[in-house]
Amino acid sequence: MSDKITNILLVGVGGQGILLAAEILSETFMLAGFDVKKSEIHGMSQRGGSVVSHVRYGKEVFSPMVPEGEGDILFGFELMESYRYLSLLKPGGTVIVNDLCIAPPAVLLGQEPYPEGLALKIQELCPDCLLVDGQNIAIEAGNARAANTVLLGAVSKRLDVEEKYWLEAIEKMVPKKALAVNLKAFQLGRSLG
Amino acid sequence: MKEILSGNEAIARGAYEAGVKVACAYPGTPSTEILENTIRYQEIDSSWATNEKVALEVGIGASFVGARSLVTMKHVGVNVAADPLFTLSYTGVNGGLLLICADDPELHSSQNEQDSRNYAKFAKIPMLEPADSQECLEFTKLAYEISERHDTPVMLRTTTRISHSKSVVTLGERVAAIAEPKLARNAAKFVMLPGNARGRHYVVEDRITTLSKEGCSMSINRMELRDKKIGVITAGISYQHVREALPEASVLKLGMVFPLPFDLIREFASKVDKLYVVEELDAFIEDQVKAIGIPVTGKEIISLCGELTPGRVRKAFGLPENAQGTVEKLPGRPPNMCPGCPHRGVFYTLKQLNAYVSGDIGCYTLGFMPPLSAMDTCVCMGASIGMATGAAKVLPPEERKKVVAVIGDSTFLHTGINGLMDMVYNKGAATVIILDNRITAMTGRQENPGSGHTLMNEPTNAIDFPMLCQAIGVKNIRTINPLDLDECQRVIAEEMERPETSVIITDKPCVLIKKEGVFTPGKPLAVAEDSCIGCRACLKIGCPAIEWVPSSGKKGQAKIDPLLCNGCDVCRQLCKFSAIQEAK
Ligand SMILES: Cc1ncc(C[n+]2csc(CCOP(=O)(O)OP(=O)(O)O)c2C)c(N)n1
Ligand code: SF4
Ligand code: SF4
Repeated sequence: MSDKITNILLVGVGGQGILLAAEILSETFMLAGFDVKKSEIHGMSQRGGSVVSHVRYGKEVFSPMVPEGEGDILFGFELMESYRYLSLLKPGGTVIVNDLCIAPPAVLLGQEPYPEGLALKIQELCPDCLLVDGQNIAIEAGNARAANTVLLGAVSKRLDVEEKYWLEAIEKMVPKKALAVNLKAFQLGRSLG
Repeated sequence: MKEILSGNEAIARGAYEAGVKVACAYPGTPSTEILENTIRYQEIDSSWATNEKVALEVGIGASFVGARSLVTMKHVGVNVAADPLFTLSYTGVNGGLLLICADDPELHSSQNEQDSRNYAKFAKIPMLEPADSQECLEFTKLAYEISERHDTPVMLRTTTRISHSKSVVTLGERVAAIAEPKLARNAAKFVMLPGNARGRHYVVEDRITTLSKEGCSMSINRMELRDKKIGVITAGISYQHVREALPEASVLKLGMVFPLPFDLIREFASKVDKLYVVEELDAFIEDQVKAIGIPVTGKEIISLCGELTPGRVRKAFGLPENAQGTVEKLPGRPPNMCPGCPHRGVFYTLKQLNAYVSGDIGCYTLGFMPPLSAMDTCVCMGASIGMATGAAKVLPPEERKKVVAVIGDSTFLHTGINGLMDMVYNKGAATVIILDNRITAMTGRQENPGSGHTLMNEPTNAIDFPMLCQAIGVKNIRTINPLDLDECQRVIAEEMERPETSVIITDKPCVLIKKEGVFTPGKPLAVAEDSCIGCRACLKIGCPAIEWVPSSGKKGQAKIDPLLCNGCDVCRQLCKFSAIQEAK
């Protein structure tokens, strides 16, 4: 195993299921035999605040936080939050982002517009960017709620971890009755990555 | 066996493996999940106490009759529990007693960022500080050995990044041979009257001297010699950031941050060219190292405020930072009350009545955020009522009427009730609103003495708030439906006029309560496009289910997201044009 640490940032809006996605990632890396650390702030996650989760894996991980500017992959669940945290990514890093806008309070109240053209702006700054229509692909898989798993599938394609560990982690973390849809969503996502 | 555990889960596991029999806490971020995990082990009696002082007293009681006990709280909780804590240091223990104190540098979810290591020094209690989840488990077990061997309570300090980070942990087994609790009488040790306590003080001082010496050979205090040009003394999460930012530096990693192993520190200092201390918040280690005459650099380069990150450590040592330029300013995304939250209508009303809102801590503190903007003060849990009494004492009559204390059910039972007894006793003239949403919501929905269930999810007695207020002597007690804006307006206005104490209790539950029969959502509402004239009245409550669509209608229209709406009906009451109706 090389000494390289891989740094993943998951960003989005509280309530989007970011914490569960980060759990699945961590579980996968542990099953694949890596040292893993994950860090996030739970406090406000339930009430629609901005959420960032850090997941790092490799031979030996020290800090649970991705050093600023060293993210390998930014795994975005929402466009504005992805744009907000781009600076955590290393130059030439990868962005895999859900094509979704969730209005923050000031936009709901009509005081500010939701920023325009974010997908393009992200692509300009990070050429290695994959925009995923998570919602619609998840509907194709059988349930709109499986959008995160579609994204996870796309992310999995960029990481050097065997597919069986991903499947094992999903089976462990996803409730039985939602498993079939999630496995399908994962494969659809993988075919994009 | 290996698992990925958070620091909190690992502490719960460590307590189980250490043979703990009793675990008691009052919730508080980032400590809450410890007790939510000890309930997985039926060998442990886990419970929520009404506040941190009571939690510690429950732990002390169990320890004195011989059980190993665990007490957990967030940093500010130690302020509440400080009274028993300081004298517990004198009595020592019978069964081991561990107090977990979770600090929150960066104030991710707290009202201050106090450094609890000072409590260890102040109360003369040994304190351990783990640097990852594996250490959380191991240090928890070690704490019970230290506690019983040295006849002392032990504190274990975590920070948010330890409590809420996950890392790989190897699990062990629960210890088998632990003595069963039984009545133990030992007045000279357990009855802290001056005559007894005087003698115990000498014991305390000796204990700290002994532990400082012992700390020099403890494996949790370890020297890692690499490049000798830079030597860093560090502990807890800061250790991880130092290893990340300065991989070549020599490190003295402290697992016990009080008392410090001074001989070991001297040895380390003699082996490196330049000595640093890297620690978050106070110069706790640094000041003590300087006090024994060793020159060291610390707070000259590391801030006293906020948490550390690998980048901040790098910057402190003059290393280049990798961060790319930040992007343009974007709309912020602060937290908000849930759609249908029963607190919303009360704050809307208080704003309409131009009340001076003496606030408190809970989800309802979000009543401070625009557009509700209806909270004028917030200091600590339970403070709203005492502060209202104080303000009402000195304000002229017309302004005195404006004073309203607002407090949640859990917070009222935590320490607010003392304030209410004082208000009634001293004839205070203010209005108190108890927002009884049947749960301790802010910290993730814990049961409390008003909710009717225990932490172990057994049905239990539920405190009757009106009867309780009556027993205290409150004469004006009203219960209102907080989702009925007319009722809120009428009752709150009437009680504000009254020149004596009154209590108003709201009676609608938190919308996130999953337990059956407590919360039932109403039918989602929708805005009829042909009736909405774009007056924006419904936006004034700041419900996240309502969005302003500038392109709709003549001057923009409101729109309700049917997936988010909980059908609380509050927005409908604000629309003068009957544009908001049940969704078809
Ligand atoms: C001394 C202290 N202990 C714990 C906390 C953490 N805390 C903040 S708010 C809160 C609970 C509030 O519950 P409640 O009063 O019922 O209001 P709700 O959130 O349900 O609206 C807790 C436990 C704190 N801030 N201070
Ligand atoms: S969790 Fe409950 S109390 Fe808190 S904002 Fe949501 S509905 Fe209100
Ligand atoms: S009824 Fe109105 S205020 Fe209540 S949750 Fe629905 S949109 Fe929000």
